[in-house]
Amino acid sequence: MTTTTGIQHISAGRRFKDLFVKALVYLAFALAVVPLVSVLWLVISNGVARLDLEFLTHSMRGIGARDAGGGAYHAIIGTLEQVLLASVISVPIGLFTAIYLVEYGQGGRLSRAISFFVDVMTGVPSVVAGLFIFAFWILFLGAQFSGWAGALALAILMMPTVVRSAEEMLRLVPNDLREASYALGVSKWRTILKVVLPTAFTGIVTGVMLAVARVAGETAPLLMTVFFTNSINNDPFNGPQMGLPLFVFDQAARPNDTAVDRAWTGALTLILIVMLLNLVARLIAWWRAPARGR
Amino acid sequence: MATNTKTRDGGPAMSRSASRRTHGEGLFRFLSTAAGVVLLAIMAAIAVFLISEAIPALRANEGNFFGDLVWEPNSSKVFGIGALAFGTVLSSALALVIATPIAVGVALFISHYAPRRLAAPLGYLIDLLAAVPSVVYGLWGVTFLVPLLRTPSQWLNEHLGWFPLFAGEGIIGGKTMFAGAVVLAIMILPIIAAISREVFLQAPKMNEEAALALGATRWEMIRMAVLPFGRPGVISAAMLGLGRAMGETIAVALIFPATFDISFQILTPHANSIAANIANGFGEANDIGRGALIASGLVLFVITLLVNMGARFVINRRKEYARVGA
Repeated sequence: MTTTTGIQHISAGRRFKDLFVKALVYLAFALAVVPLVSVLWLVISNGVARLDLEFLTHSMRGIGARDAGGGAYHAIIGTLEQVLLASVISVPIGLFTAIYLVEYGQGGRLSRAISFFVDVMTGVPSVVAGLFIFAFWILFLGAQFSGWAGALALAILMMPTVVRSAEEMLRLVPNDLREASYALGVSKWRTILKVVLPTAFTGIVTGVMLAVARVAGETAPLLMTVFFTNSINNDPFNGPQMGLPLFVFDQAARPNDTAVDRAWTGALTLILIVMLLNLVARLIAWWRAPARGR
Repeated sequence: MATNTKTRDGGPAMSRSASRRTHGEGLFRFLSTAAGVVLLAIMAAIAVFLISEAIPALRANEGNFFGDLVWEPNSSKVFGIGALAFGTVLSSALALVIATPIAVGVALFISHYAPRRLAAPLGYLIDLLAAVPSVVYGLWGVTFLVPLLRTPSQWLNEHLGWFPLFAGEGIIGGKTMFAGAVVLAIMILPIIAAISREVFLQAPKMNEEAALALGATRWEMIRMAVLPFGRPGVISAAMLGLGRAMGETIAVALIFPATFDISFQILTPHANSIAANIANGFGEANDIGRGALIASGLVLFVITLLVNMGARFVINRRKEYARVGA
């Protein structure tokens, strides 16, 4: 892209301003990348030391305040179960909401209200989602702290992301496909089930993976729903569990170096899980992209 | 929006299994409508249950909820939101001031400056910033950023101490509002950059090319054709970022020193926020303490709701405008 016209030279002042802004824009980008590199570097260099078999296979049970050793097995199990349960709750609701918005809503008042509040819901702070589940599930219904309660809070945070991405993917399905299906006498719901959803499938999977990656790192809602434990609890429906983000938060707040080391390794494990999910999601999207004719 | 206005419900009803078909049709329509209604119900339920569980604690409060600068619901049953709300607003506002110019620069870089082929991967790099969990930023902030900012903080205090924000005596630097705001800024930068980038990319190509054809430099083209078009988008992106920063919990819970006063001296260790207080106080709270935290969560919910609805309002208005223009 050349900007000179050859008719008259651009004055020095204008050229200077252009270069100045260009430098600022490059600087802004560099500034934004610095923290990313710094975070990743510190997490890897500090976390690798304790990323051993013991960390991955042991809990913190019986580990004293100053002891080295111990691990995050209980937290990893907890995170995997909570995120899985959260997906089981939020994906059907999110997907059906997207189907309503695209296929049934037709721009009516209800669909506009849902659409608006899905957007607003994206902005609900995670700590508020946790407090809500605490107030509703634990105070109002009298249930106990459990992985399930945490999954409920995470599901609230996942839903809007799932709805938005699924909606976007459903809208990308060409209308010709739907009309061809109707022309063959196929009813609307079977068209959605057999034509629209399979066409949008990979895109929806990508969106769900990104939503999962987003909530897997959430700490605040777990504090007041999953609560806390140092022991392995494989049952998400009974008693307090642990989560990997919670583990990092807990260990980071302790004064001993041994605990902070564990926090770094926990952070590394968490980032590896989240980045892996992200990467898989992007790969699915990328692998899918040419088929959409982009 | 109206992608399927031509389609009608159901297909032609001329098959043997018509009854079964309408059955499935009804069920499917019911399920998808119900899912949407469930979403609305959840939003309503959040408000209802936060209010109902906050009321007992607010009744038991022996202080002034909106006036007092203390938070002792567990012992003396006196708690007030003032200092916390102030901390939430000030820290997010500072984060916004730091993040917005950089985010706009990043967005411009990706939409108009970076080599075409590199633009998408570089954009992905910025998105990765958003993929780092909040607790990791907290850990990074406490162990790395807080010590790193000590010297610049002291320099600012020494040389620009006349400016109220940089004033203060005694301990300068450490776990301060400033350190927390920098971490918040890093965390909200990706969302502001992503939305701004989308808006900048949508700027009418014709106007850009016309500006260039008239001999404008790249910056003049951006100033005349891209920025005016993108301004509402950038404003709403910043508001969404503000909402994010206000609700951000764990990172600031690790960094803020949990004091209960109102201080504009961002370089001294006086800082707290509603969300950080909930995270730090929940573990040892009794019944009234938890009720008090729920009450503060309700305040946070209302503030973020207003900010987000405002942002969405701006975006939606722009969408209509863009559609008319297209």
